[in-house]
Amino acid sequence: MELLINKKKYSVNAHPDDQLLYVLRDELDLTGSKYGCGEGVCGACTVLIDGTAVRSCITSTGSTVGKHITTIEGVAEDGKLHRVQQAFLHVDVFQCAYCASGMTLSAVSLLEKSPKPSEQEIIRSMQGNICRCGTYPRIVKAIQEAANT
Amino acid sequence: MKKRIQHQQLSPEQGEPVFTFRMDRRKFFKALGSGITVTFSVASSLGADLLGDLTDSKDAEDQISAWIHVGENGLVTVYTGKVEVGQNIRTSLAQIVAEEMDVHIDSVEMIMGDTNLTPYDRGTFGSRSIPFMGPQLRKAAASAREYFIDLAAEKWKTNRKAIRIENGTVFNDRNQQTIDIGKLVAGKKLIKPINNAVSTKPVEQWRIAGTSVPKKNGETFVTGKHKYVSDMKLPGMLYGKILRPPAYGATLTTVDASGARSIKDVTVVIEGNFVGVAAPTLRLASEALYAIKAEWKTTPQPSRSEIFSHLKAIAKPEDGHDKNATGNVREAFNHSALKIEQTFNIDYIAHAPLEPRAGIAQWNGEKLTVWVGTQRPFGVQQELADVFPIPKEDIRVIMPDTGSGYGGKHTGEAGIEAARLAREAKKPVKVVWSREEEFTWAYLRPAGVIEVKAGATNDGIVSAWEFHNYNSGSSGIETPYDVANKEIQFHPADSPLRQGSYRGLAATANVFARECVMNDLARAANMDPLAFRLKNLKETRMIDVLEAAAVKFGWATATPAPNHGIGIGCGDEKGSYVATCAEVAVDPDSGNVKVTRIVVAFECGAIINPNHLENQIVGSVIQGMGGALFEWIDFKDGKIVNPRFSSYRVPRFSDLPKVEAVMLNRKDIPSLGAGETPILGIAPAIRNAISHATGKNLNTLPLVPAGLNL
Ligand code: FES
Ligand code: FES
Repeated sequence: MELLINKKKYSVNAHPDDQLLYVLRDELDLTGSKYGCGEGVCGACTVLIDGTAVRSCITSTGSTVGKHITTIEGVAEDGKLHRVQQAFLHVDVFQCAYCASGMTLSAVSLLEKSPKPSEQEIIRSMQGNICRCGTYPRIVKAIQEAANT
Repeated sequence: MKKRIQHQQLSPEQGEPVFTFRMDRRKFFKALGSGITVTFSVASSLGADLLGDLTDSKDAEDQISAWIHVGENGLVTVYTGKVEVGQNIRTSLAQIVAEEMDVHIDSVEMIMGDTNLTPYDRGTFGSRSIPFMGPQLRKAAASAREYFIDLAAEKWKTNRKAIRIENGTVFNDRNQQTIDIGKLVAGKKLIKPINNAVSTKPVEQWRIAGTSVPKKNGETFVTGKHKYVSDMKLPGMLYGKILRPPAYGATLTTVDASGARSIKDVTVVIEGNFVGVAAPTLRLASEALYAIKAEWKTTPQPSRSEIFSHLKAIAKPEDGHDKNATGNVREAFNHSALKIEQTFNIDYIAHAPLEPRAGIAQWNGEKLTVWVGTQRPFGVQQELADVFPIPKEDIRVIMPDTGSGYGGKHTGEAGIEAARLAREAKKPVKVVWSREEEFTWAYLRPAGVIEVKAGATNDGIVSAWEFHNYNSGSSGIETPYDVANKEIQFHPADSPLRQGSYRGLAATANVFARECVMNDLARAANMDPLAFRLKNLKETRMIDVLEAAAVKFGWATATPAPNHGIGIGCGDEKGSYVATCAEVAVDPDSGNVKVTRIVVAFECGAIINPNHLENQIVGSVIQGMGGALFEWIDFKDGKIVNPRFSSYRVPRFSDLPKVEAVMLNRKDIPSLGAGETPILGIAPAIRNAISHATGKNLNTLPLVPAGLNL
C-alpha cells in the first residue's frame, strides 16, 4: 500500500485491516502519535485525514489510501512551529506531555474549521482528548491564544 | 524458575508492591547459553552511550563530580537519580543548579534516572525531590561555584574577593580579565568534596530559581520528537506480549504453546505462571498469544459488592493501639453535646497514566540494559537482580521522561517481562501494556473503610476524635486540629486487588473523611464551616491557606443560587498545606452534579517555578475531581469489570470548572514538593458543597458515580 503522510509518499507492508496507529508507529517510526486506549476514546493517537482529526487507533490503514495524512511530525512546516504548537509552548501547557500530540492535532483541526472558536466550542471539540495530568485549563487558554495570532 | 506475584499486604506507605521472579544462577547461565552475540548499533535518538561501560564506577557521592560536570564548552551536566514523570522536576532542579552556579539555565543539561550514570536514589515519590534532591544539588552547585573562584584566583594570582561569576563567565574585577567556566575547568572532573556548610543564595537574591522558566525540552514534546519508552525501537527488536491470567489469584494448570511455537520467528517463554511471546511485529506477537491454549485454576475472590465488609472483617490494628492517643476519647465522646458518627467507604481507583507501562530490554552477554517507565529506576534494577542472578552492577536501568505516574509506577513490570523474553529470544524486546492490562495488572489506590466518632461542645470546640482507617493507609491520618481527647488508628488488611501508592497516598481518603466530619460538626453547632475550622486550629500555615482560599473565593459573602452549594476542605502532607473551596450545581431533575468553581490555596515554602507550580496545583485538583466524583474500579470474582477508558470515567474538558490557584510564597521556609498535597482538599470541598446544596451528607468516594439520588 502507498500512503501519503506529511506530504511524503510511503510504501508500507501492512495489511489493509491493520490499524493506522501501529503502521505509523511500528513500521514508519512516526511515534509522535501515541497509544492511550486503542478504542478511540482518549485522543492520544489523533492524526488528520484530509484535515479532519481522526483516531488512528480505530482507523484501518486501507481506508486512508489516497488521502492526506498529517501526523504531529508534519504539523510544523519548514521548521516553523504551527501557531498551536507555539501557543502550547508559550502557555507552557504540559506536564508529562504524553497527550500533547493528540491535543495539538485536535486543536489544529478545530482552528481549521472554526478560526475563532468560543470556549464552549473548544470544550466540545476537545472532549475526546484525555489529559490525565489535568492541564485542560491551559489547553483551552492556549487554543484561544493560537486563535488570536 | 518461578514467578510469584506478591500482593502487597502492608500499608502502601510501608512498602511497595513488588513482582518477584527468581531463578538460580546455574540454570540462568545455562539458559543464557554461551554463544550469544548481540550487536549494538542504536539510533542516536535514544541518546549516546547507550550501554556505556558498565564497569565504569561512579564518583563518590560526597564529590561534586558525582552530581555535576562542566564541559569545555561550558555546558553543565547534572546527574540525578530523580526522574521526570510530568512534575517538571527536570526544569526545577536545573533552575536550582543554574542559580547557585551562576550559569545560564539553557546551559544546564539534566541526566536523570540512569543507574549507570546517576547517584543512587530511592525513587521519585513522596514529594521528596525538591526538599531532598534540591538542597543536595544546591550544595553541589554552590561548592562548584566556590571551586571556580578558587581556580580563578589561583590562575590570576589575585584575591578571591575580586572574582565573580555571571552567566557562566568568571570576571576579575581588578583588571577586567574574564574566562568562561568551561575553559577554566578545562574538561576536568570536579573531584572536590561538596562543602555541606557552603553558603547558598538567600531566596531574596534568586534570579533563576523563583521564576517561571519554561519546561525543559518543551519543543520535543509538541513536535512528537520526544521518545517515551513505548516509542523507542532498537535494531532487531521484537515485540513482546504476555498471557494474562483470567482473574486475580489464578494459577496456570495446563498450557499448550505448540501453535505459537510453530509460527516462524516467534519466541515463547513459559515459566511458572509466566507465559509470554516475542515476535518481529506486534500483529505476529498477538497471533502467537492467541494460539496459546491455557487453563487456569481460579479461587474465590471478594467482589466489589462485599469489599467494604470484607476489609473491615479482616483488618487488624497496626500495632494494637494509637501511640499518640490523648485523653479519654470514649468518655469525652459520651459527654459531648454534639456527636457525629460516620462510616466512609473508599473505592479502589486507578492512576491510569496516559502512557501505560512500557519496557525494553537488551542483553549483552551477561549484562542487561532495560529502559522502563518507572518512578524507581534503582528499585527496578534491584527487582531485575532478584530475577536474574547477575550482579546488580551488570544491570543498567534507564528511565527516559515518562508519560506520568502519579505514584502508580513504582515498579518495573514491563521491563522485567521484556528482559525475560529478550534473554530467550536473544534479541532486544519491547513490552508495552495495553490499557486493559494497565487497569487490571498495575496496582490501585487502596480501597478502605474509615470510621469516625467525633464530638464537639455547643460553642464549637472539638472535644472527642476517634478515627479508624481499615486498609487504605495511614498517610494524613493525624488531625491538624487541636483536640484534647483523641484516638487514631490504622488497621491494615489483606487487599484482594493489588494496591500501592497514589498521589498523596492514603491522605486522599483520610483527609476526605476528616474534613467531611468537620463540616458536619460545624453544621451541627450552627457554625460556618470555615469559622469552625479556624476555631479549632493552631497551625498558622493551615490557617493561612484557609484564609487565602476563602478570601479569593469570596466565602464570607457567597450567596449560592438555588440548587448550588459551597464547601471547603483543607489538609497537609509532607510539610505543605492546601485549602480548597468549591461550588457545585445540582440538577434537581437528573441528579447531575457539576462543579462550577474551585479556588485552591497552596503553600509549599519558597516557590521555585510559579508557572509550573500552578500547573501542578490545578492538575492535582482536576485529577482529584475524578476520584471525588466518579472514578472507581468495579470488580467481580477477581476480574476488573471496567478496565477501559470507555467504562472507567476520568475527568475531561467538559468537567472543567473555573479553577483559580492562590500560591503562598513562604520565602522563609525551605521549598517542598507540590505533586501530591494539592489533591487533598478537593474531594471534601465538593462533598461539603453537595451537602450545602441538598442537605445530603454523602460518605463514599467516589461521591456520585451515577449522579445524585435525590
Ligand atoms: S489510542 Fe486512539 S483514541 Fe486512545
Ligand atoms: S500532560 Fe500528562 S497526559 Fe497531558
